[in-house]
Amino acid sequence: MSPFATLLWRDIKLAARSGGSAALALSFFALVATLVPLGVGADLRLLARVAGGILWVAAILAALLSLDRLFQGDFEDGSLDLIALSPLPLELTSLAKIAAHWLSTGLPLTLLSPLLALLFNLAPGPTLILFVSLLVGTPAVSAVGAIGASLTLSLKRGGLILPLIILPLLSPAVIFGAGAVSLGLDGLPAANALGLLAAFAFAAVLLSPFAAAASVRLNLGG
Amino acid sequence: MISSLTAEKLACVRGDKNLFEGLSFRVKAGQALAVEGANGAGKTSLLRLVAGFLAPAAGRLVLKTAERESDDAEERGKQIGWLGHQDGLKPQLTVFEQLNFFAHLYGQRADRAALEQVGLARQADLPCRYLSAGQRRRLALARLLASRRPLWLMDEPFAALDSAGQALVGQLMARHCGEGGIIIAATHDPLGLANESLKL
Repeated sequence: MSPFATLLWRDIKLAARSGGSAALALSFFALVATLVPLGVGADLRLLARVAGGILWVAAILAALLSLDRLFQGDFEDGSLDLIALSPLPLELTSLAKIAAHWLSTGLPLTLLSPLLALLFNLAPGPTLILFVSLLVGTPAVSAVGAIGASLTLSLKRGGLILPLIILPLLSPAVIFGAGAVSLGLDGLPAANALGLLAAFAFAAVLLSPFAAAASVRLNLGG
Repeated sequence: MISSLTAEKLACVRGDKNLFEGLSFRVKAGQALAVEGANGAGKTSLLRLVAGFLAPAAGRLVLKTAERESDDAEERGKQIGWLGHQDGLKPQLTVFEQLNFFAHLYGQRADRAALEQVGLARQADLPCRYLSAGQRRRLALARLLASRRPLWLMDEPFAALDSAGQALVGQLMARHCGEGGIIIAATHDPLGLANESLKL
């Protein structure tokens, strides 16, 4: 197994055995999606209209729950020193951690979304668009989150600052993701919005490992 | 194989504190350097500087091999086996999984013999959360062996170990030097085999 695959597999294993992060994120996502219809009431058209935005924001907030530990666990117990001295460049280390976070959090959230869309009376067409938008867009959440997680690495209670750093950066994902679902509801083609979302996610996944690696380097020296 | 590591007039500044300056030393293949000093004198900072985590405020570190000389921190990092004062172990992974992960990460094959050498063969399938502080230190030593790196940087290598464990560390260090490796160890305890010592 390559060093990249080794780190990816270890992080997925740790996420599964910790028993917290993915289950917590899914529970949070499900709870928000259950509470909103209770608060909004029985107006089915209104529920369907707000579904895209609510589910996208809920997915981002759910993913945030485990993002602060992306590098912090390894930093606190000294593993990050050992990983930094391995042949794997820190940029690829960051990419492996982003991929592991998405596989253990973003993907399960995406898979759960069609079920939660039922609570919002979302028709099959817009539900499919919601699913595709989360599938395409949640890697950006993990990637942008990695930048925030690396910046707050050595800060006490950095998890509290993390949302303030990354939520504004994720506004394009919410705009294009929720916008695609709205277009679907209106019977309009959502391909352009999904394309823009995919471009944003691609850029985030491509560039964030470099930013995160630079920040990790600074923290290792600090 | 490394021929020597030379520090030329190194200086280290942390925050507004000047930890040391004008520090020079040379460690050749087969030698160990004991770095001594009071708490906060800069022993760990010196190790982190050699590892490339910190950049020196002045001076340079030169790694010499049979083929070439280099002061590139990244290149030096690829030769380093690290034993920090934190063990870097995950409570959720078993002893062997932990060793296997780092061995693969360093491009090596995991070897249960490394666990036997440090007396942890029977605990191979035990999750790390059940290990004592001394056993965790022994596993960190097994990981150091599995890395197969020629330049060992060790921060308080005897910490948390009983007398048998300390003797084991001594043996492993002596063997590493015997095989042409280099050791730089920050310690309050005598190494026994240090060819040189450095007082900070």
